[in-house]
Amino acid sequence: MGTSAIATKSLEFNGIGMVFPDGTEALKDVSFTVDQGEFVTVVGPSGCGKSTLLKIASGLLKNTSGSVAVDRKRIGYVFQDATLLHWRTVLKNVELFGELHDIPKAERRKLAMEAIELVGLSGFENHYPKSLSGGMKMRASLARTLTLRPPVFLFDEPFGAVDEITREHLNEETQQLFQREGFAGLFITHSISEAVFMSTRVLVMSNRPGRIVAEFEVPFKYPRSPDLRFDPEFARLSGEVSQALRGSH
Amino acid sequence: MTTEIHDPLADTDVAGRVDELEVAVGHGSLPDDAPPAAYRLKSRPRELAEVILPPLVVGAAFLGLWYFISYGLLDANRRFLLHPPHEVWQVGFADWDNFSEILLSLWSSTRVAMIGLAISIVLGFFLATIMSQAKTVERGIFPFMVMLQAVPILAIVPLISFWFGTGQNSRILVCIIISLFPIIVNTLFGLQSAEKGTHDLFTLHGAGRGTRLRKLMFPAAMPAIFAGLRISAGLSVIGAIVGDFFFGKGKPGIGQLLKQYAAQLQGEELLAAVIMSSALGVAVFLLFGWIQNLAIGRWHDSNS
Repeated sequence: MGTSAIATKSLEFNGIGMVFPDGTEALKDVSFTVDQGEFVTVVGPSGCGKSTLLKIASGLLKNTSGSVAVDRKRIGYVFQDATLLHWRTVLKNVELFGELHDIPKAERRKLAMEAIELVGLSGFENHYPKSLSGGMKMRASLARTLTLRPPVFLFDEPFGAVDEITREHLNEETQQLFQREGFAGLFITHSISEAVFMSTRVLVMSNRPGRIVAEFEVPFKYPRSPDLRFDPEFARLSGEVSQALRGSH
Repeated sequence: MTTEIHDPLADTDVAGRVDELEVAVGHGSLPDDAPPAAYRLKSRPRELAEVILPPLVVGAAFLGLWYFISYGLLDANRRFLLHPPHEVWQVGFADWDNFSEILLSLWSSTRVAMIGLAISIVLGFFLATIMSQAKTVERGIFPFMVMLQAVPILAIVPLISFWFGTGQNSRILVCIIISLFPIIVNTLFGLQSAEKGTHDLFTLHGAGRGTRLRKLMFPAAMPAIFAGLRISAGLSVIGAIVGDFFFGKGKPGIGQLLKQYAAQLQGEELLAAVIMSSALGVAVFLLFGWIQNLAIGRWHDSNS
Protein backbone atom coordinates (compact mmCIF):
# COMPACT_ATOMS: atom_id res chain seq x y z
CA MET A 1 0.00 0.00 0.00
CA GLY A 2 1.39 3.41 -0.93
CA THR A 3 1.60 6.21 1.56
CA SER A 4 -1.23 8.64 1.08
CA ALA A 5 -1.78 12.22 2.16
CA ILE A 6 -2.08 11.24 5.84
CA ALA A 7 1.66 10.50 5.64
CA THR A 8 2.61 9.52 9.17
CA LYS A 9 -0.40 10.41 11.30
CA SER A 10 -2.27 7.11 11.57
CA LEU A 11 -4.64 8.02 14.35
CA GLU A 12 -5.65 11.46 15.53
CA PHE A 13 -7.96 12.44 18.38
CA ASN A 14 -9.12 16.02 18.30
CA GLY A 15 -10.89 17.41 21.37
CA ILE A 16 -12.74 14.18 22.04
CA GLY A 17 -15.53 14.37 24.59
CA MET A 18 -17.90 11.60 25.56
CA VAL A 19 -21.03 11.94 27.62
CA PHE A 20 -23.12 8.79 27.96
CA PRO A 21 -26.92 8.94 27.70
CA ASP A 22 -27.17 8.50 31.47
CA GLY A 23 -25.19 11.70 31.95
CA THR A 24 -21.78 10.30 32.97
CA GLU A 25 -18.98 12.21 31.37
CA ALA A 26 -16.34 9.67 30.42
CA LEU A 27 -13.90 11.76 28.39
CA LYS A 28 -13.19 15.47 28.22
CA ASP A 29 -11.21 17.25 25.54
CA VAL A 30 -8.79 14.46 24.69
CA SER A 31 -6.36 15.31 21.91
CA PHE A 32 -3.33 13.38 20.75
CA THR A 33 -1.98 11.61 17.72
CA VAL A 34 -0.34 8.27 17.11
CA ASP A 35 2.04 8.22 14.20
CA GLN A 36 2.95 5.25 12.12
CA GLY A 37 5.73 3.33 13.87
CA GLU A 38 4.74 4.76 17.24
CA PHE A 39 3.56 2.71 20.19
CA VAL A 40 1.55 4.90 22.53
CA THR A 41 0.23 3.64 25.84
CA VAL A 42 -2.47 5.28 27.90
CA VAL A 43 -2.34 4.52 31.62
CA GLY A 44 -5.00 5.57 34.04
CA PRO A 45 -7.07 4.50 37.04
CA SER A 46 -9.79 1.98 36.32
CA GLY A 47 -13.03 3.46 35.11
CA CYS A 48 -11.35 6.59 33.76
CA GLY A 49 -12.57 6.09 30.23
CA LYS A 50 -9.49 4.49 28.67
CA SER A 51 -11.46 1.72 26.99
CA THR A 52 -14.06 4.23 25.82
CA LEU A 53 -11.29 5.97 23.91
CA LEU A 54 -10.54 2.80 21.94
CA LYS A 55 -14.21 2.14 21.26
CA ILE A 56 -14.43 5.64 19.82
CA ALA A 57 -11.29 5.14 17.75
CA SER A 58 -12.70 1.94 16.27
CA GLY A 59 -16.15 3.34 15.68
CA LEU A 60 -17.93 1.01 18.11
CA LEU A 61 -18.99 4.14 20.03
CA LYS A 62 -19.79 7.55 18.67
CA ASN A 63 -18.10 10.43 20.49
CA THR A 64 -20.34 13.30 21.57
CA SER A 65 -17.83 16.02 20.73
CA GLY A 66 -14.55 16.41 18.87
CA SER A 67 -13.36 14.31 15.96
CA VAL A 68 -11.30 11.21 15.17
CA ALA A 69 -9.22 10.74 12.07
CA VAL A 70 -8.33 7.11 11.32
CA ASP A 71 -8.67 4.60 8.52
CA ARG A 72 -11.08 2.03 9.94
CA LYS A 73 -11.04 -0.37 7.04
CA ARG A 74 -8.53 -2.78 8.54
CA ILE A 75 -8.27 -1.56 12.07
CA GLY A 76 -6.83 -4.06 14.54
CA TYR A 77 -8.55 -4.27 17.89
CA VAL A 78 -7.53 -6.70 20.60
CA PHE A 79 -10.01 -6.91 23.45
CA GLN A 80 -9.52 -7.58 27.13
CA ASP A 81 -10.98 -11.05 26.61
CA ALA A 82 -9.72 -13.28 23.85
CA THR A 83 -13.29 -13.41 22.43
CA LEU A 84 -12.60 -16.60 20.50
CA LEU A 85 -15.51 -18.49 18.98
CA HIS A 86 -15.75 -21.69 21.04
CA TRP A 87 -16.99 -23.80 18.14
CA ARG A 88 -14.01 -23.04 15.94
CA THR A 89 -10.52 -24.45 16.14
CA VAL A 90 -7.59 -22.08 16.57
CA LEU A 91 -7.02 -22.09 12.82
CA LYS A 92 -10.66 -21.36 11.99
CA ASN A 93 -10.76 -18.65 14.64
CA VAL A 94 -7.71 -16.96 13.18
CA GLU A 95 -9.28 -17.19 9.72
CA LEU A 96 -12.44 -15.40 10.84
CA PHE A 97 -11.52 -11.85 9.86
CA GLY A 98 -10.38 -13.05 6.46
CA GLU A 99 -13.82 -14.58 6.00
CA LEU A 100 -15.56 -11.39 7.07
CA HIS A 101 -13.47 -9.39 4.62
CA ASP A 102 -14.10 -11.88 1.79
CA ILE A 103 -10.45 -12.80 1.37
CA PRO A 104 -10.23 -15.92 -0.84
CA LYS A 105 -9.91 -19.18 1.06
CA ALA A 106 -6.39 -20.08 0.00
CA GLU A 107 -5.03 -16.67 0.84
CA ARG A 108 -6.70 -16.38 4.22
CA ARG A 109 -5.45 -19.86 5.13
CA LYS A 110 -1.94 -18.74 4.29
CA LEU A 111 -2.31 -15.50 6.29
CA ALA A 112 -3.71 -17.45 9.23
CA MET A 113 -0.88 -19.98 9.25
CA GLU A 114 1.68 -17.19 9.15
CA ALA A 115 0.03 -15.32 11.99
CA ILE A 116 -0.21 -18.50 14.07
CA GLU A 117 3.47 -19.09 13.60
CA LEU A 118 4.25 -15.49 14.47
CA VAL A 119 2.55 -15.75 17.86
CA GLY A 120 4.08 -19.17 18.51
CA LEU A 121 0.93 -21.27 18.37
CA SER A 122 2.14 -23.65 15.66
CA GLY A 123 0.99 -27.16 16.45
CA PHE A 124 -2.21 -25.94 18.10
CA GLU A 125 -4.09 -25.14 14.87
CA ASN A 126 -6.67 -27.85 15.42
CA HIS A 127 -7.25 -27.28 19.12
CA TYR A 128 -10.52 -25.87 20.36
CA PRO A 129 -10.41 -22.87 22.71
CA LYS A 130 -11.60 -24.93 25.68
CA SER A 131 -8.28 -26.79 25.70
CA LEU A 132 -6.11 -23.65 25.63
CA SER A 133 -4.64 -21.75 28.59
CA GLY A 134 -5.43 -18.08 29.10
CA GLY A 135 -2.14 -16.98 27.58
CA MET A 136 -2.62 -19.19 24.53
CA LYS A 137 -6.12 -17.85 23.97
CA MET A 138 -4.70 -14.34 24.00
CA ARG A 139 -2.07 -15.38 21.44
CA ALA A 140 -4.79 -16.78 19.19
CA SER A 141 -6.66 -13.50 19.52
CA LEU A 142 -3.50 -11.59 18.57
CA ALA A 143 -2.93 -13.87 15.59
CA ARG A 144 -6.52 -13.32 14.42
CA THR A 145 -5.93 -9.56 14.41
CA LEU A 146 -2.54 -9.91 12.72
CA THR A 147 -4.05 -11.64 9.67
CA LEU A 148 -5.39 -8.30 8.46
CA ARG A 149 -1.94 -6.66 8.74
CA PRO A 150 -3.63 -3.66 10.38
CA PRO A 151 -1.87 -0.32 10.03
CA VAL A 152 -3.48 0.75 13.32
CA PHE A 153 -3.50 -1.63 16.28
CA LEU A 154 -5.66 -0.98 19.33
CA PHE A 155 -5.03 -3.00 22.50
CA ASP A 156 -7.56 -2.85 25.31
CA GLU A 157 -5.73 -4.22 28.37
CA PRO A 158 -5.20 -7.51 26.55
CA PHE A 159 -2.91 -9.08 29.14
CA GLY A 160 -4.79 -8.05 32.26
CA ALA A 161 -6.17 -11.51 32.90
CA VAL A 162 -3.01 -13.61 32.52
CA ASP A 163 -0.43 -14.29 35.20
CA GLU A 164 2.65 -12.13 35.66
CA ILE A 165 5.14 -14.48 33.97
CA THR A 166 2.99 -15.01 30.91
CA ARG A 167 2.30 -11.32 30.80
CA GLU A 168 5.97 -10.42 30.62
CA HIS A 169 6.48 -12.85 27.77
CA LEU A 170 3.49 -11.49 25.91
CA ASN A 171 4.82 -7.93 26.39
CA GLU A 172 8.11 -8.95 24.86
CA GLU A 173 6.43 -10.66 21.93
CA THR A 174 4.05 -7.79 21.28
CA GLN A 175 7.05 -5.51 21.19
CA GLN A 176 8.66 -7.81 18.61
CA LEU A 177 5.48 -7.82 16.53
CA PHE A 178 5.39 -4.03 16.67
CA GLN A 179 8.95 -3.80 15.41
CA ARG A 180 8.31 -6.28 12.66
CA GLU A 181 4.97 -4.92 11.45
CA GLY A 182 5.61 -1.23 12.04
CA PHE A 183 1.97 -0.46 12.85
CA ALA A 184 0.74 2.49 14.87
CA GLY A 185 -0.06 1.02 18.27
CA LEU A 186 -2.40 2.37 20.92
CA PHE A 187 -2.24 0.34 24.09
CA ILE A 188 -4.41 0.66 27.19
CA THR A 189 -3.29 -0.65 30.55
CA HIS A 190 -3.09 0.18 34.22
CA SER A 191 0.30 -1.46 34.62
CA ILE A 192 3.03 1.19 34.59
CA SER A 193 5.84 -1.27 33.96
CA GLU A 194 3.99 -2.74 30.99
CA ALA A 195 3.43 0.75 29.63
CA VAL A 196 7.05 1.88 29.94
CA PHE A 197 8.46 -1.40 28.70
CA MET A 198 6.59 -1.46 25.40
CA SER A 199 5.93 2.13 24.40
CA THR A 200 7.59 4.95 22.59
CA ARG A 201 5.32 7.32 24.51
CA VAL A 202 3.21 7.04 27.68
CA LEU A 203 0.15 9.18 28.29
CA VAL A 204 -1.39 9.50 31.74
CA MET A 205 -5.13 9.86 32.00
CA SER A 206 -6.99 11.40 34.93
CA ASN A 207 -9.98 10.08 36.79
CA ARG A 208 -13.39 10.49 35.19
CA PRO A 209 -13.91 12.54 33.12
CA GLY A 210 -10.71 11.29 31.51
CA ARG A 211 -8.22 13.89 30.33
CA ILE A 212 -4.60 13.51 29.31
CA VAL A 213 -2.67 15.06 32.21
CA ALA A 214 0.90 14.05 31.48
CA GLU A 215 3.03 12.76 28.63
CA PHE A 216 6.36 10.93 28.75
CA GLU A 217 8.72 10.05 25.93
CA VAL A 218 10.33 6.65 26.43
CA PRO A 219 13.88 6.84 25.10
CA PHE A 220 14.90 3.16 25.18
CA LYS A 221 15.89 1.52 21.91
CA TYR A 222 14.15 -1.54 20.48
CA PRO A 223 14.51 -4.46 20.83
CA ARG A 224 14.15 -4.11 24.56
CA SER A 225 15.30 -6.97 26.71
CA PRO A 226 13.27 -8.08 29.75
CA ASP A 227 16.21 -6.99 31.89
CA LEU A 228 15.41 -3.40 30.99
CA ARG A 229 12.87 -3.54 33.81
CA PHE A 230 15.76 -3.51 36.28
CA ASP A 231 17.54 -0.56 34.66
CA PRO A 232 17.77 2.54 36.93
CA GLU A 233 16.60 4.76 34.11
CA PHE A 234 13.55 2.51 33.65
CA ALA A 235 12.81 2.78 37.36
CA ARG A 236 13.15 6.55 37.33
CA LEU A 237 10.75 6.91 34.39
CA SER A 238 8.28 4.49 35.93
CA GLY A 239 8.43 6.53 39.12
CA GLU A 240 7.61 9.71 37.25
CA VAL A 241 4.65 8.07 35.50
CA SER A 242 3.46 6.73 38.83
CA GLN A 243 3.68 10.17 40.41
CA ALA A 244 1.74 11.73 37.55
CA LEU A 245 -0.87 9.03 37.94
CA ARG A 246 -1.24 9.70 41.67
CA GLY A 247 -1.37 13.42 41.11
CA SER A 248 -4.10 13.01 38.54
CA HIS A 249 -6.98 12.50 40.95
CA MET B 1 13.14 -12.96 15.02
CA THR B 2 12.76 -14.50 18.48
CA THR B 3 16.31 -15.75 18.70
CA GLU B 4 17.39 -13.58 21.60
CA ILE B 5 17.26 -16.24 24.24
CA HIS B 6 18.96 -15.67 27.54
CA ASP B 7 16.50 -17.64 29.51
CA PRO B 8 17.60 -20.71 31.46
CA LEU B 9 14.27 -22.40 30.82
CA ALA B 10 14.37 -22.99 27.14
CA ASP B 11 16.16 -23.93 24.02
CA THR B 12 12.97 -23.88 21.99
CA ASP B 13 11.01 -20.93 20.69
CA VAL B 14 9.51 -18.34 22.99
CA ALA B 15 6.00 -19.68 22.86
CA GLY B 16 6.84 -23.26 23.70
CA ARG B 17 8.74 -21.99 26.69
CA VAL B 18 5.84 -19.95 27.97
CA ASP B 19 3.39 -22.76 27.57
CA GLU B 20 5.56 -25.07 29.60
CA LEU B 21 5.78 -22.39 32.20
CA GLU B 22 2.07 -21.86 32.33
CA VAL B 23 1.52 -25.51 32.95
CA ALA B 24 4.26 -25.64 35.55
CA VAL B 25 2.92 -22.63 37.39
CA GLY B 26 -0.53 -24.16 37.27
CA HIS B 27 -2.36 -21.37 35.51
CA GLY B 28 -4.91 -22.08 32.84
CA SER B 29 -5.89 -25.45 31.51
CA LEU B 30 -3.56 -27.96 29.91
CA PRO B 31 -2.96 -27.79 26.17
CA ASP B 32 -5.05 -30.92 25.71
CA ASP B 33 -7.10 -33.00 28.06
CA ALA B 34 -5.02 -36.15 27.87
CA PRO B 35 -3.98 -36.26 31.52
CA PRO B 36 -7.52 -36.00 32.93
CA ALA B 37 -8.70 -38.65 30.47
CA ALA B 38 -5.94 -41.00 31.56
CA TYR B 39 -6.90 -40.42 35.15
CA ARG B 40 -10.48 -41.25 34.37
CA LEU B 41 -9.45 -44.47 32.64
CA LYS B 42 -7.47 -45.65 35.60
CA SER B 43 -10.45 -45.50 37.92
CA ARG B 44 -12.98 -46.77 35.40
CA PRO B 45 -14.04 -50.11 36.96
CA ARG B 46 -14.75 -48.51 40.29
CA GLU B 47 -16.52 -45.57 38.74
CA LEU B 48 -18.59 -47.95 36.62
CA ALA B 49 -19.72 -49.79 39.73
CA GLU B 50 -20.61 -46.51 41.37
CA VAL B 51 -22.71 -45.55 38.38
CA ILE B 52 -24.45 -48.86 37.74
CA LEU B 53 -24.98 -50.27 41.20
CA PRO B 54 -27.43 -47.71 42.63
CA PRO B 55 -30.03 -47.99 39.84
CA LEU B 56 -29.68 -51.79 39.92
CA VAL B 57 -30.47 -51.85 43.62
CA VAL B 58 -33.46 -49.53 43.21
CA GLY B 59 -34.67 -51.58 40.22
CA ALA B 60 -34.46 -54.81 42.20
CA ALA B 61 -36.33 -53.23 45.10
CA PHE B 62 -39.00 -52.07 42.68
CA LEU B 63 -39.45 -55.59 41.26
CA GLY B 64 -39.59 -56.94 44.82
CA LEU B 65 -42.36 -54.50 45.72
CA TRP B 66 -44.20 -55.43 42.52
CA TYR B 67 -44.07 -59.16 43.41
CA PHE B 68 -45.13 -58.39 46.94
CA ILE B 69 -48.24 -56.54 45.72
CA SER B 70 -49.11 -59.22 43.18
CA TYR B 71 -48.72 -62.16 45.53
CA GLY B 72 -48.82 -60.71 49.01
CA LEU B 73 -51.59 -58.15 48.80
CA LEU B 74 -53.82 -59.41 46.00
CA ASP B 75 -55.86 -62.61 46.17
CA ALA B 76 -55.61 -65.00 43.24
CA ASN B 77 -58.97 -63.80 41.86
CA ARG B 78 -57.93 -60.15 42.02
CA ARG B 79 -54.45 -60.70 40.67
CA PHE B 80 -55.57 -59.43 37.25
CA LEU B 81 -55.20 -55.91 38.70
CA LEU B 82 -51.44 -56.30 38.79
CA HIS B 83 -49.95 -59.29 37.09
CA PRO B 84 -46.53 -60.22 38.43
CA PRO B 85 -43.48 -59.20 36.33
CA HIS B 86 -42.77 -62.61 34.83
CA GLU B 87 -46.34 -62.92 33.52
CA VAL B 88 -46.10 -59.48 31.96
CA TRP B 89 -42.88 -60.63 30.36
CA GLN B 90 -44.37 -63.93 29.09
CA VAL B 91 -47.56 -62.46 27.69
CA GLY B 92 -46.51 -58.96 26.68
CA PHE B 93 -42.94 -59.45 25.47
CA ALA B 94 -42.16 -63.13 24.88
CA ASP B 95 -45.38 -63.78 22.94
CA TRP B 96 -44.45 -62.49 19.51
CA ASP B 97 -48.05 -61.93 18.36
CA ASN B 98 -48.70 -59.57 21.24
CA PHE B 99 -45.30 -57.94 21.20
CA SER B 100 -45.37 -57.29 17.44
CA GLU B 101 -48.80 -55.70 17.87
CA ILE B 102 -47.33 -53.34 20.45
CA LEU B 103 -44.28 -52.61 18.30
CA LEU B 104 -46.37 -51.83 15.22
CA SER B 105 -48.58 -49.37 17.10
CA LEU B 106 -45.54 -47.88 18.73
CA TRP B 107 -43.93 -47.37 15.34
CA SER B 108 -47.05 -45.64 14.05
CA SER B 109 -46.99 -43.27 17.04
CA THR B 110 -43.26 -42.73 16.66
CA ARG B 111 -43.78 -41.58 13.09
CA VAL B 112 -46.48 -39.15 14.19
CA ALA B 113 -44.20 -37.83 16.94
CA MET B 114 -41.26 -37.36 14.59
CA ILE B 115 -43.32 -35.62 11.91
CA GLY B 116 -44.76 -33.32 14.58
CA LEU B 117 -41.30 -32.68 16.01
CA ALA B 118 -39.86 -31.92 12.57
CA ILE B 119 -42.58 -29.35 11.92
CA SER B 120 -42.02 -27.86 15.39
CA ILE B 121 -38.30 -27.55 14.70
CA VAL B 122 -38.80 -25.74 11.40
CA LEU B 123 -41.51 -23.49 12.83
CA GLY B 124 -39.63 -22.94 16.08
CA PHE B 125 -36.36 -22.02 14.37
CA PHE B 126 -38.18 -19.64 12.09
CA LEU B 127 -40.06 -17.90 14.90
CA ALA B 128 -37.03 -17.74 17.20
CA THR B 129 -34.90 -16.32 14.41
CA ILE B 130 -37.27 -13.49 13.58
CA MET B 131 -37.77 -12.84 17.30
CA SER B 132 -34.00 -12.57 17.71
CA GLN B 133 -33.81 -9.94 14.98
CA ALA B 134 -36.21 -7.43 16.49
CA LYS B 135 -37.26 -6.88 20.07
CA THR B 136 -40.68 -5.71 18.83
CA VAL B 137 -41.35 -9.03 17.15
CA GLU B 138 -40.26 -10.86 20.30
CA ARG B 139 -42.60 -8.79 22.43
CA GLY B 140 -45.43 -9.37 19.97
CA ILE B 141 -45.12 -13.13 19.66
CA PHE B 142 -43.86 -14.28 23.03
CA PRO B 143 -47.05 -13.85 25.13
CA PHE B 144 -48.99 -15.97 22.68
CA MET B 145 -46.36 -18.68 22.76
CA VAL B 146 -46.69 -18.74 26.55
CA MET B 147 -50.47 -18.99 26.19
CA LEU B 148 -50.14 -21.84 23.72
CA GLN B 149 -47.85 -23.58 26.16
CA ALA B 150 -50.24 -23.02 29.06
CA VAL B 151 -53.24 -24.59 27.31
CA PRO B 152 -53.94 -27.99 28.85
CA ILE B 153 -53.69 -30.31 25.90
CA LEU B 154 -56.75 -32.29 27.00
CA ALA B 155 -58.82 -29.11 26.89
CA ILE B 156 -58.19 -28.48 23.22
CA VAL B 157 -58.41 -32.06 22.03
CA PRO B 158 -62.20 -31.77 21.52
CA LEU B 159 -61.66 -28.53 19.64
CA ILE B 160 -59.04 -30.12 17.41
CA SER B 161 -61.27 -33.06 16.57
CA PHE B 162 -64.12 -30.63 15.94
CA TRP B 163 -62.06 -28.61 13.46
CA PHE B 164 -59.70 -31.11 11.91
CA GLY B 165 -61.36 -34.48 12.46
CA THR B 166 -59.78 -37.38 14.25
CA GLY B 167 -57.25 -38.46 11.66
CA GLN B 168 -53.48 -38.39 11.44
CA ASN B 169 -53.26 -34.61 11.01
CA SER B 170 -54.93 -34.00 14.34
CA ARG B 171 -52.45 -36.30 16.08
CA ILE B 172 -49.57 -34.40 14.49
CA LEU B 173 -51.12 -31.09 15.51
CA VAL B 174 -51.17 -32.18 19.16
CA CYS B 175 -47.47 -33.03 18.89
CA ILE B 176 -46.69 -29.60 17.45
CA ILE B 177 -48.64 -27.71 20.11
CA ILE B 178 -46.94 -29.58 22.90
CA SER B 179 -43.37 -29.50 21.53
CA LEU B 180 -43.12 -26.07 19.95
CA PHE B 181 -42.56 -23.93 23.04
CA PRO B 182 -39.32 -25.45 24.36
CA ILE B 183 -37.78 -25.21 20.90
CA ILE B 184 -38.66 -21.54 20.54
CA VAL B 185 -37.58 -20.56 24.05
CA ASN B 186 -34.27 -22.42 23.94
CA THR B 187 -33.41 -21.37 20.41
CA LEU B 188 -34.17 -17.74 21.20
CA PHE B 189 -32.15 -17.90 24.41
CA GLY B 190 -29.29 -19.50 22.49
CA LEU B 191 -29.36 -16.92 19.71
CA GLN B 192 -29.08 -14.20 22.33
CA SER B 193 -26.25 -15.92 24.18
CA ALA B 194 -23.27 -14.89 22.02
CA GLU B 195 -20.92 -12.70 24.06
CA LYS B 196 -21.02 -8.96 23.49
CA GLY B 197 -17.32 -8.90 22.62
CA THR B 198 -17.83 -11.33 19.75
CA HIS B 199 -20.70 -9.20 18.47
CA ASP B 200 -18.35 -6.20 18.56
CA LEU B 201 -15.84 -8.14 16.43
CA PHE B 202 -18.47 -8.80 13.80
CA THR B 203 -19.52 -5.15 13.88
CA LEU B 204 -15.92 -3.94 13.53
CA HIS B 205 -15.42 -6.04 10.45
CA GLY B 206 -18.61 -5.01 8.77
CA ALA B 207 -20.62 -8.23 9.05
CA GLY B 208 -24.25 -8.04 7.94
CA ARG B 209 -27.27 -9.67 9.59
CA GLY B 210 -27.01 -12.86 7.58
CA THR B 211 -23.32 -13.39 8.28
CA ARG B 212 -23.81 -12.60 11.95
CA LEU B 213 -26.65 -15.14 12.20
CA ARG B 214 -24.80 -17.84 10.30
CA LYS B 215 -21.32 -17.47 11.73
CA LEU B 216 -22.03 -16.19 15.23
CA MET B 217 -25.54 -16.48 16.59
CA PHE B 218 -26.55 -19.93 15.36
CA PRO B 219 -23.29 -21.68 16.29
CA ALA B 220 -23.39 -20.02 19.71
CA ALA B 221 -27.00 -21.19 20.09
CA MET B 222 -26.29 -24.87 19.39
CA PRO B 223 -25.97 -26.06 23.01
CA ALA B 224 -29.24 -24.36 23.97
CA ILE B 225 -30.94 -25.61 20.80
CA PHE B 226 -30.03 -29.18 21.64
CA ALA B 227 -31.26 -28.77 25.20
CA GLY B 228 -34.59 -27.66 23.73
CA LEU B 229 -34.65 -30.50 21.21
CA ARG B 230 -34.22 -33.11 23.91
CA ILE B 231 -37.14 -31.73 25.89
CA SER B 232 -39.33 -31.32 22.82
CA ALA B 233 -38.57 -34.77 21.45
CA GLY B 234 -39.83 -36.34 24.68
CA LEU B 235 -42.87 -34.09 24.74
CA SER B 236 -43.66 -34.91 21.13
CA VAL B 237 -43.77 -38.62 21.97
CA ILE B 238 -46.18 -37.88 24.81
CA GLY B 239 -48.23 -35.73 22.42
CA ALA B 240 -48.43 -38.56 19.90
CA ILE B 241 -49.67 -41.00 22.54
CA VAL B 242 -52.17 -38.59 24.07
CA GLY B 243 -53.43 -37.56 20.63
CA ASP B 244 -53.75 -41.17 19.56
CA PHE B 245 -55.72 -41.95 22.70
CA PHE B 246 -58.46 -39.57 21.59
CA PHE B 247 -58.34 -39.72 17.81
CA GLY B 248 -59.56 -43.04 16.41
CA LYS B 249 -59.40 -42.53 12.66
CA GLY B 250 -56.43 -43.40 10.50
CA LYS B 251 -53.67 -45.73 11.54
CA PRO B 252 -54.08 -46.60 15.24
CA GLY B 253 -51.07 -46.00 17.42
CA ILE B 254 -50.06 -46.99 20.90
CA GLY B 255 -52.76 -44.79 22.49
CA GLN B 256 -55.56 -46.74 20.81
CA LEU B 257 -53.90 -49.98 21.79
CA LEU B 258 -53.61 -48.93 25.45
CA LYS B 259 -57.30 -48.03 25.41
CA GLN B 260 -58.23 -51.39 23.91
CA TYR B 261 -56.11 -53.36 26.40
CA ALA B 262 -57.64 -51.45 29.30
CA ALA B 263 -61.18 -52.03 28.04
CA GLN B 264 -60.59 -55.76 27.65
CA LEU B 265 -58.77 -56.14 30.97
CA GLN B 266 -55.62 -57.41 29.22
CA GLY B 267 -53.42 -56.40 32.14
CA GLU B 268 -50.20 -58.05 30.99
CA GLU B 269 -50.34 -56.45 27.54
CA LEU B 270 -51.38 -53.14 29.03
CA LEU B 271 -48.33 -53.06 31.30
CA ALA B 272 -46.05 -54.16 28.48
CA ALA B 273 -47.40 -51.37 26.27
CA VAL B 274 -46.87 -48.79 29.03
CA ILE B 275 -43.30 -49.98 29.54
CA MET B 276 -42.62 -49.80 25.81
CA SER B 277 -44.11 -46.29 25.57
CA SER B 278 -41.80 -45.12 28.28
CA ALA B 279 -38.88 -46.93 26.61
CA LEU B 280 -39.67 -44.98 23.44
CA GLY B 281 -39.43 -41.70 25.36
CA VAL B 282 -36.09 -42.75 26.83
CA ALA B 283 -34.80 -43.87 23.43
CA VAL B 284 -35.71 -40.57 21.82
CA PHE B 285 -34.03 -38.65 24.65
CA LEU B 286 -30.85 -40.72 24.28
CA LEU B 287 -30.93 -40.40 20.50
CA PHE B 288 -30.91 -36.63 20.67
CA GLY B 289 -28.21 -36.68 23.32
CA TRP B 290 -26.12 -38.78 20.96
CA ILE B 291 -26.74 -36.44 18.02
CA GLN B 292 -25.84 -33.50 20.28
CA ASN B 293 -22.57 -35.11 21.21
CA LEU B 294 -21.77 -35.75 17.54
CA ALA B 295 -22.62 -32.19 16.57
CA ILE B 296 -21.06 -30.11 19.32
CA GLY B 297 -19.25 -32.51 21.65
CA ARG B 298 -15.84 -31.55 20.32
CA TRP B 299 -16.03 -27.96 21.46
CA HIS B 300 -18.75 -27.90 24.09
CA ASP B 301 -18.57 -29.50 27.52
CA SER B 302 -22.06 -30.89 27.68
CA ASN B 303 -23.37 -31.97 31.05
CA SER B 304 -24.71 -35.31 29.87
